[in-house]
Amino acid sequence: MKIVSQLGKYFMMLWIVFSKPDKFKVFWKRTFEEIQLIGINSLPIVALMSVFMGAVIALQTASNMDTPWLPEYTIGYITRSSTILEFSPTIISLILAGKVGSNVSSEIGMMRVTEQIDALEIMGVNSLTYLVLPKITAAIVFFPILIMFSMGLSLLGGWISLIASGLSSTDSYVFGLRSFFKVSDITYALSKTVVFGFLIVSISSFYGYYTRGGALDVGKSSTQAVVSSSIAILLANFFITQMFLLK
Amino acid sequence: MIEVKNVSKSFGKHNVLNDVSASFEKGKVNVIIGASGQGKSVLAKCIVGLHEVDNGHIEFDKRDFVNMPSTERRELRKEIGMLFQGSALFDSMTVEENIVFPLTMFSKFTKKEMLDRVNFCLERVNLAGRNNLFPAECSGGMQKRIAIARAIAMNPKYLFCDEPNSGLDPQTSILIDNLIREITYEFNTTTIVITHDMNSVIEIGDNINFIYEGKNWWQGTSKEIVKTDNPEIVNFVFASEFMKKIRENLRKDL
Repeated sequence: MKIVSQLGKYFMMLWIVFSKPDKFKVFWKRTFEEIQLIGINSLPIVALMSVFMGAVIALQTASNMDTPWLPEYTIGYITRSSTILEFSPTIISLILAGKVGSNVSSEIGMMRVTEQIDALEIMGVNSLTYLVLPKITAAIVFFPILIMFSMGLSLLGGWISLIASGLSSTDSYVFGLRSFFKVSDITYALSKTVVFGFLIVSISSFYGYYTRGGALDVGKSSTQAVVSSSIAILLANFFITQMFLLK
Repeated sequence: MIEVKNVSKSFGKHNVLNDVSASFEKGKVNVIIGASGQGKSVLAKCIVGLHEVDNGHIEFDKRDFVNMPSTERRELRKEIGMLFQGSALFDSMTVEENIVFPLTMFSKFTKKEMLDRVNFCLERVNLAGRNNLFPAECSGGMQKRIAIARAIAMNPKYLFCDEPNSGLDPQTSILIDNLIREITYEFNTTTIVITHDMNSVIEIGDNINFIYEGKNWWQGTSKEIVKTDNPEIVNFVFASEFMKKIRENLRKDL
C-alpha cells in the first residue's frame, strides 16, 4: 500500500515539476549550472570506469575464444555490441545513480530540513519547478553525451588492452567494431540513457524533496534515492529492451 | 490586516489548533506567544500556507487565502516576507545573491536598480558592504539581519518572523527587535512575530496573542499583559522570580 501511495506522490510531484518556470532566464541559467554539476563533473568517473570496463570486456572475450572456427574480428564485434548495448548505458547509469542520485537527494533534502524550500515557497517561487526541472533537463540533455563519451572510451580501452596483451591486431579489432553495425543500436542505447537520466534525477529529487527531520534523515533519503533509482533503472532496462530489440 | 477565523488543524489524531480566531493589524507588531508544542508555529505556517488548515478561514486584507487557487496564492505570497528561525538563507549564494533572488525572480528591475535595492536593504540592517560574504561566513545575528534584508527586498505588505531571537545574545536580540519594529512602522507592514523571548513581547509587542492548548487563549497589548490576572498567561510570561518582580514594578508604574 505504501508503494502505491509513494508512486502517487511521485507522479503528483512530476505534474508540478513540469509547470511553466517562473522565469525562463533563471531556468536556463540553472540548467547550465546543473549540466556542469550533474554532467561535466561526472566526466572523470565515467572516463575511468569506461576505459577499464572496455579493456576487461575485450580481454575476457579474447581469452575465451579458443576455437579456430571463430574469426579474430569477433573480439571487436563482441566488445562493441556489449559496450553499446549494455555496458555503457546501463552500468554507467547505475554508477551515475550512485554519484548523481545521492548528490541530488542530499542537496534538496538539506534545503528541505534547513527551511530553504519553505523560504522559496513563501517568496512565491514554485520550488519544484525551480529546483527539479533544471536538474531533469540537464540529465536528459547531458546523459546521452556522457554515454557516447563512455562508449568511445570503452572501445579505446578495449583496443589498448588487446594491443598491450598481444591478443589481437588493430586491423581485426577495428574490422570487428565495424562489422554488422546497426544505427538502431545507438538509438536504442541513447533512448535508454534518456530514460535512465530522467529516472535517476526525478527519483532522487523526490526523496530529497520529501525529506522530514534532520541530517540523519537526509542520509537515509540519499540511500533510498540510490537504491530506488537503481531498481528503476534495472526495471526500465528490461522493458525498453523488450520494446526495442524484441519487437 | 490578516484575519484568522475559526482555524483548526490536526496532525493525525493530535489536534494542534482548535478553533483559533485572531486578527493581526497593519502597521503594528503582532506577537504570538505560547509554550513549546502549543501550536504557535503551526498557526504561522497555516497563515502563510505551508500547512493546509482543516477548518476555518484566513484572510489577507479580505482576500480568502484558504480557498484561493495555487496560482493566486503564489501571487499573494510575493507580498509576504518571512524571517525563518534558522534564517533559511541559500547557502550556495552570497549575501547579495540571496537578497537579489526575489527581485530576479519577480521584479522588472534593471541590474543597477536591483543592486541599488540590495545595497539599500543591507544598509537598512546595518550590513552595508557585506555583499560578497557567504552565509557560512556570517555570525548568527548577521544571518538573521541578512534574512530580514531578503524579506524586505520586495517591499512586503506582510512580514512574518519565526522566533527571530532564538540562539542570539541579549544585545543582538534587542538589535533584531528594534529592526523589526522600525521596519514595521517604516513600511507599514502587518508584522507577525512568534517568540519565546519575553523581553521582545514587552518591548515590541503592539498586539499580543497567547496560544494555549491550541486556542487563542488571550489577546491584548503589552500594557494589558502586565495588568492581566489570567493565571495561564501570568504563569507563562512571568514564570521566573525575576520576571515576577519586573511585573510588580511595571504594575506600580501603570
